[in-house]
Amino acid sequence: MNIVVCLKQTFDTEAKIKLTDEGRIDSKGVSLIINPYDEFAVEEALKIKEQEGGEVTVVSVGGQKAQDALRQALAMGADKAMLVDPGTDEVDEYAAATVLAKALSGLEYDIILGGWRAIDDGSAQVAGRVAELLGIPVVNTITKLEVADGKATATREIEGGSEVLEVSLPAVLTAQKGLNEPRYPSMKGIMKAKKKPMDKTTATELGLDSLSAKVQALSFSLPKPREAGKVIDGEAPDAAKELARLLHEEAKIV
Amino acid sequence: MAKGIWVYVEQLDSQIKKVSLEVLTAGRKVADELGEEVCAVLLGKGVAELAPTLGNYGVDKVYVAEDDSLENYTTDGYANVIAEIVKENEPYAFLYGYTILGRDLAAQVAQKVETGLMSDCVEMELEDGQLVFTRPIYAGKAFVKATCPESRPIMASLRPNSYIAEENKKEGEVVKVNPNIGDIRQQIKDIVRQVSERPELTEADIIISGGRGMKGPENYKILEEAADVLGAAVGASRAAVDAGWVPHSMQVGQTGKTVSPVLYIACGISGAIQHLAGMGSSKCIVAINKDPEANIFKVADYGIVGDLFEVVPVLKEELQKITA
Repeated sequence: MNIVVCLKQTFDTEAKIKLTDEGRIDSKGVSLIINPYDEFAVEEALKIKEQEGGEVTVVSVGGQKAQDALRQALAMGADKAMLVDPGTDEVDEYAAATVLAKALSGLEYDIILGGWRAIDDGSAQVAGRVAELLGIPVVNTITKLEVADGKATATREIEGGSEVLEVSLPAVLTAQKGLNEPRYPSMKGIMKAKKKPMDKTTATELGLDSLSAKVQALSFSLPKPREAGKVIDGEAPDAAKELARLLHEEAKIV
Repeated sequence: MAKGIWVYVEQLDSQIKKVSLEVLTAGRKVADELGEEVCAVLLGKGVAELAPTLGNYGVDKVYVAEDDSLENYTTDGYANVIAEIVKENEPYAFLYGYTILGRDLAAQVAQKVETGLMSDCVEMELEDGQLVFTRPIYAGKAFVKATCPESRPIMASLRPNSYIAEENKKEGEVVKVNPNIGDIRQQIKDIVRQVSERPELTEADIIISGGRGMKGPENYKILEEAADVLGAAVGASRAAVDAGWVPHSMQVGQTGKTVSPVLYIACGISGAIQHLAGMGSSKCIVAINKDPEANIFKVADYGIVGDLFEVVPVLKEELQKITA
């Protein structure tokens, strides 16, 4: 079983966002992690490998820093990594998917896993676009996965419930929280990861000459800071009564 | 040549999703500025009867594709039909509601027609003749304004509760489409829906959420009772989900759902940055927490420093009197 995991390096969830003088997102001093949803995907890949045998390849589109995220996945137990430098900062979901699909088309795969979205731009598109480009089916936001006889049976989140879908492999599946509990890399795993293969390439080397984004970011801004409002004094029952009154008479919500 | 603002209308059991009406309202405003038509696309089985309702929400034409195999949503079935409609009609813009279904569908259609898609937008406006979208990134810790300068249609999905649906009587003329559904590779084996009288978290006008201060799963009953008085949804913080008290589908925050209700009541939630990111755009925030230093008070419009187990039951009774 050849399993490929697409992963993205993102800001830590605790990161505060600042803008640079040019009005772009400032990444200086921000600690970087594997996108948490992609981490579920890595864990799931390792579980499938443990059960079915095979190889786990982790692939990321990004700059040199993204190697750290790939190394971490290798330390968790993935076998090899591939880093593709897109060669431009203007990478939208269309461009990212184009690069990934091109990189993946040179690999053997039965299952392609990824997170259903990245916690930075939160677009929830790239995996689906990759599936479309590779001509294979996609199942998003899975919380359970079984692989047998060339098929994947996945439970996925739907509005107000869940559904069970079956697809023939190869297929793209995206992880939702709840799929598993990602393991921590062991000391031994971290040591071993240093020697595992890391294939570094670029979009140009993959034969993508003109990588063009469809979506153009015009400007960035930070939300207006909310101001602290009223603290309602008094004993709990009195404060609760006053709150109900304020919601009704002042805020006019209820 | 611009050829209208198109909206995918989501329905479940012949009920149009509230967000679809919100998207139609937003689409109508832009269409009027451009002098364009608004077209709705409706897929399913026996859904043509919903067309008149869409006419009431500013729709000039309703493209209806009906088939037995479209009764339940499948990624392939729906994306194939919509991509074909898009290719045939060449809209200027094609919009969706950012729901579980909408985001799944939008990505596939966008790739099939090779265009750009801006997900989970909270605003759409014309700037110098260009359709510009504002979308939260980093779970609301920042915003980006973006556009799709060349590829058509411009695709975007709008976050629920970003617009208020407004009635606006138009023709709502039905155009039947003979759907070419193609190969559906996702085979549905089972569908389980939890029967809940409460609204979906992302669409709810009022949310009452509990965090670590709830002390255990059994205590969510207090929130549910208060929620039912208000017609509210019940949410949770990551701490409560990670403790295994409530399912992840209830989690609000950066690794959960992003919500923007009219009223958000945070009970026993400290206000970690990743939680604030998920609910910071709520119009009114109420915090009930024992710890006067809790971060949540810094963003709350109304705060009560106190024991939620004493406050929430009284609040419920008082609200019951008001709403009765």
